[in-house]
Amino acid sequence: MSDKLKSNVPEGDLAEKWMNYRGTMPLVAPGNKRNIEIIVVGTGLAGASAASTLGELGYKVKCFTFHDSPRRAHSVAAQGGINAAKNYQNDGDSVYRLFYDTIKGGDYRSREANVHRLAEVSRDIIDQCAAQGVPFGREYGGLLANRSFGGVQVSRTFYSRGQTGQQLLIGAYSSLSRQIARGSVTMYNRHEMLDLVKVDGKARGIITRNLLTGKIDRHAAHCVVLATGGYGNVFYLSTNAMNSNVSAGWRAHKKGAFFANPCYTQIHPTCIPVSGEYQSKLTLMSESLRNDGRVWVPKKKEDCKKDPLSIAEEDRDYYLERIYPAFGNLVPRDVASRAAKYVTDDGRGVGATGLAVYLDFASAIERYGKSEANMKGISNPTKAQIVELGEAIVKEKYGNLFHMYEKITDENPYKTPMKIFPAVHYTMGGIWVDYNLQTTIPGCFALGEANFSDHGANRLGASALMQGLADGYFVIPYTIGTFLSKEIRTPIYSAEHTDLEKLKKENTDEEGNIKEFITPNAPEFIEAENAVKERIKTFLNVNGSQSIESFHRRLGRIMWDYCGMSRNAEGLAKARKMIQELRAEYHKDVFVPGSNEEYNPELEKALRVADFMELGELMVCDALNRNESCGGHFREEYQEGGGEALRNDEEYMYAAAWEFTQDNSDWNLHKEQLEYKDIEVKTRSYK
Amino acid sequence: MAGKTINIKVKVWRQGGKYPKGQFETYDLKDVGTDMSFLEMFDVLNEQLVSKKEMPVAFEHDCREGICGTCSMVIDGQPHGPMKGTTTCQLHMRSFKDGATITVEPFRAKSFPVIRDLVVDRSSFDAIIQAGGYISVNTGQAQDANAIPIEKDTSEKAFDAATCIGCGACVAACPNSAAMLFTSAKVSHLATMPQGKVESQKRVQAMVNQMDKEGFGMCSNIKACEAECPKEISTDNIALMNREYLASVLGSDKEG
Repeated sequence: MSDKLKSNVPEGDLAEKWMNYRGTMPLVAPGNKRNIEIIVVGTGLAGASAASTLGELGYKVKCFTFHDSPRRAHSVAAQGGINAAKNYQNDGDSVYRLFYDTIKGGDYRSREANVHRLAEVSRDIIDQCAAQGVPFGREYGGLLANRSFGGVQVSRTFYSRGQTGQQLLIGAYSSLSRQIARGSVTMYNRHEMLDLVKVDGKARGIITRNLLTGKIDRHAAHCVVLATGGYGNVFYLSTNAMNSNVSAGWRAHKKGAFFANPCYTQIHPTCIPVSGEYQSKLTLMSESLRNDGRVWVPKKKEDCKKDPLSIAEEDRDYYLERIYPAFGNLVPRDVASRAAKYVTDDGRGVGATGLAVYLDFASAIERYGKSEANMKGISNPTKAQIVELGEAIVKEKYGNLFHMYEKITDENPYKTPMKIFPAVHYTMGGIWVDYNLQTTIPGCFALGEANFSDHGANRLGASALMQGLADGYFVIPYTIGTFLSKEIRTPIYSAEHTDLEKLKKENTDEEGNIKEFITPNAPEFIEAENAVKERIKTFLNVNGSQSIESFHRRLGRIMWDYCGMSRNAEGLAKARKMIQELRAEYHKDVFVPGSNEEYNPELEKALRVADFMELGELMVCDALNRNESCGGHFREEYQEGGGEALRNDEEYMYAAAWEFTQDNSDWNLHKEQLEYKDIEVKTRSYK
Repeated sequence: MAGKTINIKVKVWRQGGKYPKGQFETYDLKDVGTDMSFLEMFDVLNEQLVSKKEMPVAFEHDCREGICGTCSMVIDGQPHGPMKGTTTCQLHMRSFKDGATITVEPFRAKSFPVIRDLVVDRSSFDAIIQAGGYISVNTGQAQDANAIPIEKDTSEKAFDAATCIGCGACVAACPNSAAMLFTSAKVSHLATMPQGKVESQKRVQAMVNQMDKEGFGMCSNIKACEAECPKEISTDNIALMNREYLASVLGSDKEG
């Protein structure tokens, strides 16, 4: 293990680590909390839950979002649900089973202790959200309902119809709003973090741009919490929101935060296929649809352009059910996506582009219809009656998703099978953090999708919401004390205290030593501010001939073609060169309209795309370094038996944490060896 | 997915920068694919403008899945355009005819000042939520989630109100620029659930007072808000809020 990576996992039995650690870790007394300032960047599930909880505890919190309101963060779009080991269904669930499923789902590439803690606190999240008034789905008896998600054999997913992320985010947003009203959190909407500021090796603040006026500001604090989401938009087309970006995390990376496992990308199997050149984003159809939908393609290539309803049952290949009988249509996402790739590579894809497979609800409609007819006492129901009754049930379960599908594609999924195809959805990689969620920069923490810690090489469905809220509500409020308990004697001054010499004098002890103090007027802040201004000026002055959007689209194409669903050494090496060339061209020929001192979304985009280009290169390096296949990372050279991922535990059972080198040439690789003491490492099988 | 195309004119409100007072500008767009979303049509328009080194039209958007509430626009006089129960980002060009001139304006209301072109400031909505749109529970204080059974129908009713995306179409649709539907959706969501019942009186007063302070107009039962709401939130919530408000002011429930 690299000596720069200390995971700080507490000693003791796995199941007792978190409990014992919580009971013994250093805390900050209530009186001291009032004097400590924390910056939280991002207001998704992780950021909003962290900011509100830290505010409740008495810290002075400054919270930043580039949105016009904290309620807009992309957590809002999560559809299916949130996992928790409540075992309300009495179907054999437990903390251990959730832990086990998550480790296995992640293909044995996540940190055991973090995942176990996640499974433990999952139960508290549901309690907390219910208390906030989140309207979860319920049974007729009034108790909470559950559904199933891929890669597991229990029902542990809590949901609010197809809008679970929205309801959980509104819950966190309402808690955050309460703290804003109380004054414990100061909210900065429409402010984008453009750099992290380090003083004496510690994260002490950020530089932001006011997106309405272009004003660049320095914000100081005792520590900085990044909850800035994932980087799926490096692929241009993804299910991420248009404004989701990597810049906050990337800036921290360039200041010394290691970036771990960047190549682990989740390609979600059920998205609406690309329909044209102008396409701006892709839309997910919830994994919950695989509870009832059957995935198939025609057995014969010549049938692919035919009306699916005209293809006889025996001419259809329900390939997930055929290959993976134990899990069927509910195999994990990486497995389902890869299988879709194989059948379309084989020339059996459907739709105008041949890049789609069917998700068919006809069997479910028939099954539900028969059961309803039975319950209603209709003997010998006609086919039409069965279909009508069955469609009503399907509508009740998935109505909003079917509605959305029809709006986008103009096809009625009750009557003709949906066409779906994999798309980039989530990034398991992210900023490396230790057990305390602290990055390699002391005082800089990373939560939620922005960090790397819990999902290994593949995330299971309904676990992103769980992790975001676990980190924000139940982990960081405790673990941040390990850093802040050492900071209670460090005073912080506002920007009005401009006389640095005076501040130094005030903080000099009897022996003449200057004690640590924090001020946004420190030279490190001024330097960072000037660098940001310079960067903005550079982009505005290029005055080239190509739009930012066109560069982003080209970057996305390279990433998807060479670092997407499957990768190989040759392609990755080629991609690296292509990205470097594209980046050089970008800095020479991009056109950024307008000025800094105005509302200018193009300028925002220019800065974000520049960071995506650097990240893209690192992703390719990481994918090239990892000579194995695991989870979402599939290297064509490493496979077995019909395209299953072939891990190499001997050599690659580590998290790859990349250190940025200032000469901007290559990254240094640091390895965190992963140890599995409480779980037997096996070849993942869903057959 | 048929590959049909149409030719259109887009008459867009431009404000700020080159257009200090605000005015309409008309742009021609040829061969617009009908499978394109309305915002993708704007992407194409903006690419055209950028290629001529002009400032693109500013409009807000994010998830493009109809859930974040960021997109706005009044399209041919209707907030979020002609399709019922649909946000602008989920509207597709197949809803428009070849040769059409489409007029696009920002949401207009005193409490939503225009920032630039089609972008308005909706922070008054945040202020209303901050006034009381929450249940006062700190992290860690909760009891087991199944300790409070809630009737399925009640929970569904609360959900129907909670599904508000805070886009502001209700305000833009209302001739009085009232925020009654938005405010009542939150009041109703929380008052319907037993967890939220405890502080419902204090909440409704604080939120209604804040709504007035932000300069939103009065409700005169026109129900344009419900018709234009992309989440089809019912004006029944307004009736519920009015009852809650009256009860809280008169204190009648304390006698019962």
